[in-house]
Amino acid sequence: MSDNTQQLIDQVQSAHTNNSTLKIVGGNSKDFLQACTANDTLEMTSHAGVVNYEPTELVLTARAGTPIVEIEKLLADNGQYLSFEPPHFSENTTIGGAVASGMGGPRRPWGGAPRDVLLGCRLLTGTGDVMRFGGEVMKNVAGYDVSRLMAGAQGSLGVLLEVSLKVLPAPSKTITLTQNLSETEAHQTMRELAAKPIPLSGVCFANGQLYIRLSGAHASVNAWSKKIGGERLAENNTFWERLRDHQLDFFDRSQPVWRISLPPAAPSLACADSTLIDWAGGQRWIISNAAPEQIKAEALNLKGHAKQFYGNALPEPWAMSSQVALGPIQKRLKETFDPKRIFNPGTHANL
Amino acid sequence: MSTQDTSALRERLADQFKSFVDPAFVLAEESERKPYECDGLAAYRHLPLIVVLPETIDDVQKIMRICHAEQVPVVARGAGTGLSGGALPLENGVLLSLARFNQILDIDKPNLCATVQPGVRNLAISEAAKPFGLYYAPDPSSQIACSIGGNVAENAGGVHCLKYGLTVNNLLSVTIVTAEGELVTLGSGGLDAEGFDLLALITGSEGMLGIVVEITVKLLPIQERAQVVMAAFDHVETAGQAVADLIAEGILPAGLEMMDQPSLQAAEDFVHAGYPVEAAAILLCEVDGDNEEVSEEIARVRQRLTDSGATEVRTAKDDNERARFWAGRKAAFPAVGRISPDYYCMDGTIPRKHLPYILREINRLGEVYGLRAANVFHAGDGNLHPLILYNGNEPGEIERAEAFGGKILEACVEVGGSITGEHGVGLEKINQMCAQFPPEEITLFHAVKAAFDQQGLLNPGKAIPTLNRCAEFGAMHISQGDMRFPHLERF
Ligand SMILES: Cc1cc2nc3c(=O)[nH]c(=O)nc-3n(C[C@H](O)[C@H](O)[C@H](O)COP(=O)(O)OP(=O)(O)OC[C@H]3O[C@@H](n4cnc5c(N)ncnc54)[C@H](O)[C@@H]3O)c2cc1C
Repeated sequence: MSDNTQQLIDQVQSAHTNNSTLKIVGGNSKDFLQACTANDTLEMTSHAGVVNYEPTELVLTARAGTPIVEIEKLLADNGQYLSFEPPHFSENTTIGGAVASGMGGPRRPWGGAPRDVLLGCRLLTGTGDVMRFGGEVMKNVAGYDVSRLMAGAQGSLGVLLEVSLKVLPAPSKTITLTQNLSETEAHQTMRELAAKPIPLSGVCFANGQLYIRLSGAHASVNAWSKKIGGERLAENNTFWERLRDHQLDFFDRSQPVWRISLPPAAPSLACADSTLIDWAGGQRWIISNAAPEQIKAEALNLKGHAKQFYGNALPEPWAMSSQVALGPIQKRLKETFDPKRIFNPGTHANL
Repeated sequence: MSTQDTSALRERLADQFKSFVDPAFVLAEESERKPYECDGLAAYRHLPLIVVLPETIDDVQKIMRICHAEQVPVVARGAGTGLSGGALPLENGVLLSLARFNQILDIDKPNLCATVQPGVRNLAISEAAKPFGLYYAPDPSSQIACSIGGNVAENAGGVHCLKYGLTVNNLLSVTIVTAEGELVTLGSGGLDAEGFDLLALITGSEGMLGIVVEITVKLLPIQERAQVVMAAFDHVETAGQAVADLIAEGILPAGLEMMDQPSLQAAEDFVHAGYPVEAAAILLCEVDGDNEEVSEEIARVRQRLTDSGATEVRTAKDDNERARFWAGRKAAFPAVGRISPDYYCMDGTIPRKHLPYILREINRLGEVYGLRAANVFHAGDGNLHPLILYNGNEPGEIERAEAFGGKILEACVEVGGSITGEHGVGLEKINQMCAQFPPEEITLFHAVKAAFDQQGLLNPGKAIPTLNRCAEFGAMHISQGDMRFPHLERF
């Protein structure tokens, strides 16, 4: 629970002077996704603590090393929540890592991703300068939206020191319905549900079951659950947490598990041996023994993209956009924020 | 450039453009260029060097390649409703109008999205999606006129963005033509894309990073019911507190707007919305969802507003009355335009709790500058639109109005807010940028622009001030020794 800014600045400046590189490490919960080759680490967990939280302003500002569980607890005590439902993967997951990874949980299609709730950040650049972008207000279009650019940048553009997030009143009621369906039927049903004004907060097909989570006002959740039908999942069933944190049996670490992000109505992937459908169709997890190039090509063909999460010997670097004309733009952005390329080398391919 | 050189350049460009754009859409005569001399901020006017209205993406690429080769700056223009001079032409530059890009290319019901050309009007998207039971959420008050390309360039908001988000939250992908004439797509068919989030970066970039030529927006299912409550207050502070109370109660309204006495009076006189004109302020609170939910929430909202000291709480009794309540709010700017020869619309944001302070400060500054202001407030998200009343025919009044506006924005920055929530910096607020950002951050913004546009040809001189300008503005001091990014030119 302390402000470690000065020490972080010193470490970055020293790396800058000595031409060494740094791996930015939060709770280390997403290490399995980082192909980073830095020679030193920049440890973030000691830079922690909620800096500002006023529930009626709907904004929370925390130092990057603050554990997500701590933030979620504080919000819950005030009847609020993080709408993007960040994956935890481990208890130590920090808010900085959650934002930098850009990942949203099962509520993503309705509750957004870190980019959608990030209002501002304090950033430590590759030259050891601290800059502030955005702020603690809901709307701000002064200057380029540099803070949102940091969400999902995997730390390649700088160190998030502090993030300000839009928080929302938590829904007063949540229930989950399950239906026994085939993959094709389930996919069709999810798209029908998504096109109606239903208070959805999760729609997933796993293991022969369609899971439909509803969150909202009592009256609305009750009324829709009658209309939709299906078995009620017990309140203490942790299906959504296990889905969020990849703890379901499907995410067997020894198999090649791929994430495919694509238009939600896109057909099933031909290269999949088995499929888990999340985000009402927009995120597919597949187990596939096909060649990586084949999986990526199929995803691209469906206007999406693919990345292997599990079952590879070493983490694969995050891909940059493959559009030729974007290559130099992405590189110049990297050099703008981190001219000596000290942060997270190897994390992104071709950067 | 000499007059002769300017005419020669104009002719050269016209000839080149006419080789692929229908000559009727290459405007070189002064009388043809005149309608493009300003955007919604009519106090600033420049005649563009030449105007071109391409029809295809290929045309835009060719235009950009020609301008790149000739080193001529380019200003993109949508519907020209912008309020910060973003689409203000440059005398030595091409004005590229996207007006002919007016097609809705696809409404994709299975994927809940629409692919549109940038010149399509905001409201036209929701109208086209309606038969599918869908709509496009961001609804700026200018939605009958403004273009979706302009919305992307400004990250436009609307009265429903507390719950449904801004433009940036409602996009799937944007295709741009770069300064060098390359075509690239930011975003993907899914909810995220590989690499950096350039879709977020381009949103709100005021035409300075690329020309937006195609956009895929998210569509949402139309809610079963929406209902609006109007509450009157005899103090603006009480109304401000009521907003905080609603949120503390866990209510997330679909829309939450405030108007003060001068603006509600003007709106009432203009559209007869049924507002209580004796009130010091009114709140409009909209709730949407299904039937039962809305009934439940409306009861909570009414109770809360009453407990928070509303002198009157009225629920719109039918869709007609609901439409009237909103019509008054959406027509607030033109309504204020009727009570004053001219008005100047500001766009500051603040942490909501500072509303009473800012309103007092606006009154105080009004006395200093001898001008009045009417206030319209996106109360849910802390976005304040003071409308400064002035008379442009009175010598010195416009300068006083601008100085007054500038001070209001600086007051917003002082309490932790921003100089613009949705209208953009453009040319108008370029000095106040120096109050909001220190030189290091401004220099970094220039570097971000240079990453996309190395020659600085896209809308140069807007949105991000030069450090010299800030030095002149006097809000900060630069020490040459500390200068970062020394390789970048300081204009
Ligand atoms: C009465 C009134 C009410 C308003 N209410 C609101 C409101 O509620 N919320 C809100 O957010 N705004 C509001 N506005 C402001 C304005 O309507 C918005 O900023 C709108 O997004 C501008 O769209 P436009 O098509 O008119 O853009 P323009 O004015 O033509 O251009 C605006 C900027 O975008 C750039 N641009 C335009 N098209 C492109 C393109 N295709 N590619 C790249 N750059 C481009 C221009 O260069 C310029 O910098 C209001 C304006 C008026 C007059």
